[in-house]
Amino acid sequence: MNSQAVVCKNISKNFGSGEDEVKVLRGIDLEVPLGEMTFLVGPSGCGKTTLLSVIAGLLNPSQGDLHVLGTPLHAIKGAKAVEFRRINLGFVFQQFNLLPSLTAAENAAVPLLAANWNRKKAVEKAKTILDDLGIGSRANAYPNQLSGGQQQRVAFARALIHEPKLIVCDEPTSALDEHTGHHVMELLRKIAVRPERAVLVVTHDNRIFNFADRIAHMNDGHVTHIETNGGSH
Amino acid sequence: MKFIAWQMLTGDKAKYLGLIFAIAFSTFLMSHQVSIFCGLMNRTASQIDDVADANIWVMDAKTQYLDEVKALTDQDLYRIRGVQGVDWAVPLFKGTSRAKGPDGKFRGVILMGLDDSTLVGVPRRIVLGKIEDLRGPETIAVDQVGYKFFFPDQPVILGRTLDLNDHTVRIVAVVDSNAPFVNLPVFYTKYSQAISFVGRERNQMSFVLAKATKGTSESELNQRITKTTGLKALTGNEFGWETIWYYIQNTGIPINFGITVVIALVVGTVVAGQTFYLFTIENLKQFGALKAIGVSDLRIVGMILMQALIVGAIGYGIGISMTAAFFEARHRRLHDRLPRQRRKRPARYRP
Repeated sequence: MNSQAVVCKNISKNFGSGEDEVKVLRGIDLEVPLGEMTFLVGPSGCGKTTLLSVIAGLLNPSQGDLHVLGTPLHAIKGAKAVEFRRINLGFVFQQFNLLPSLTAAENAAVPLLAANWNRKKAVEKAKTILDDLGIGSRANAYPNQLSGGQQQRVAFARALIHEPKLIVCDEPTSALDEHTGHHVMELLRKIAVRPERAVLVVTHDNRIFNFADRIAHMNDGHVTHIETNGGSH
Repeated sequence: MKFIAWQMLTGDKAKYLGLIFAIAFSTFLMSHQVSIFCGLMNRTASQIDDVADANIWVMDAKTQYLDEVKALTDQDLYRIRGVQGVDWAVPLFKGTSRAKGPDGKFRGVILMGLDDSTLVGVPRRIVLGKIEDLRGPETIAVDQVGYKFFFPDQPVILGRTLDLNDHTVRIVAVVDSNAPFVNLPVFYTKYSQAISFVGRERNQMSFVLAKATKGTSESELNQRITKTTGLKALTGNEFGWETIWYYIQNTGIPINFGITVVIALVVGTVVAGQTFYLFTIENLKQFGALKAIGVSDLRIVGMILMQALIVGAIGYGIGISMTAAFFEARHRRLHDRLPRQRRKRPARYRP
């Protein structure tokens, strides 16, 4: 089995055209291995979130080859890309992006509902995961009744419920205080990192860098260097 | 995903009710104005619609609409009766007079003179009394508007009298006729009495009402009457539309109402559209999250359409109900004043 969850080769992404063209990604080469937590870090505007969106199939690369879980994502579009995303990817957003009119359990169950699961069964499974994440007692609470840390745990549950092979997190701790941020990253590492799964985290929060197995440093649309827990290369 | 769409729609009660209110109010505004316009136009032909017994109206060849007629001669009536395919033909008088109530209050009235022997032309719904009593001397049937005007806040009973052009006439029936365009009370009496009430002219007959024999096509018969007599013959429906079109083409009503209706339509659409647009824009982040999770664009569009359909259907239903309730409330006033034992659905008159 391929040990790389993501392989980017010479990925570029431009927005606009002509004089207004902005080159956000300029020939990215990156590998995200399975069984590890990889961080994409760098200053604001360096292209971290754009790269994450390309890897997640939300944006198409302007140039280059992108293989995610062995699938050439640069070559598939439309309904196939949507289905690939639904089955294989779990998302954790910067502001949690929970639906305010759904309970915690219903929010966590959304990926299963999108896959046409029976609502009752989907919510039951969501409650089990929320239990694992330590907020089973808040399963029937609405997002506005939850703390930031609790909301992030619901977001984790939503990202994990359909057992995807790649989890992408966009600034998962930016809306949390240091203590809570630290706690949720511990939890994410504990529950998400598995040999058959990769976790890709975009962050500029250097307080949580010690949770990464591998850190890809970005600047001005390039990956400048990659740091592993064994050293830089 | 229907569940999620429904929860997103109803999760914020204030927004949800605001959306429904905007659509309901816009619907009310539009339907109310359109209803008034249609009602007003319908009124122009209401007396044609009231005549249920005859299906052919014969009139002077140059007649353009119901309220302006050139009287026919008695000879015309006989000629119409002689046309092949005419089952029967009777005269109808339509004129105006002035009536005075017991308290001295007076008002112009529309006076309808019905054929003495058959009473063809009487409205189809009788609220109180028997239309056959019109055969008695100096008797009239009045419509509900007339009764309400001359006897305000009094129970609806028969036998009250009015002064009609120096004739004391007795009310023998109250009828539920369609409201006329000019909003005057409508009195019904025998043809011969109607003529004596308004004063004799050389010719008095406004229309001839006729019925085709069984198996005779109305349009063919109308052509035959026109060819034989030189008079204009139309079905009640055709004459009704001709009258409505006359008012549409020759008065400012359609323009005035048209502007109001268009404004209501534009304002209503903009208010409802803007409210729902803002609702969708506010939820854009949530739809974005769903898209990232793997919900297709088509399903998201379906969710938005479902939300629009739900608020649209509920809002439209409420708006139309408000309009219906408004007109129904106005319609029921006189009926509620009938003596308790007589409060029943108006009976249909069958000669």
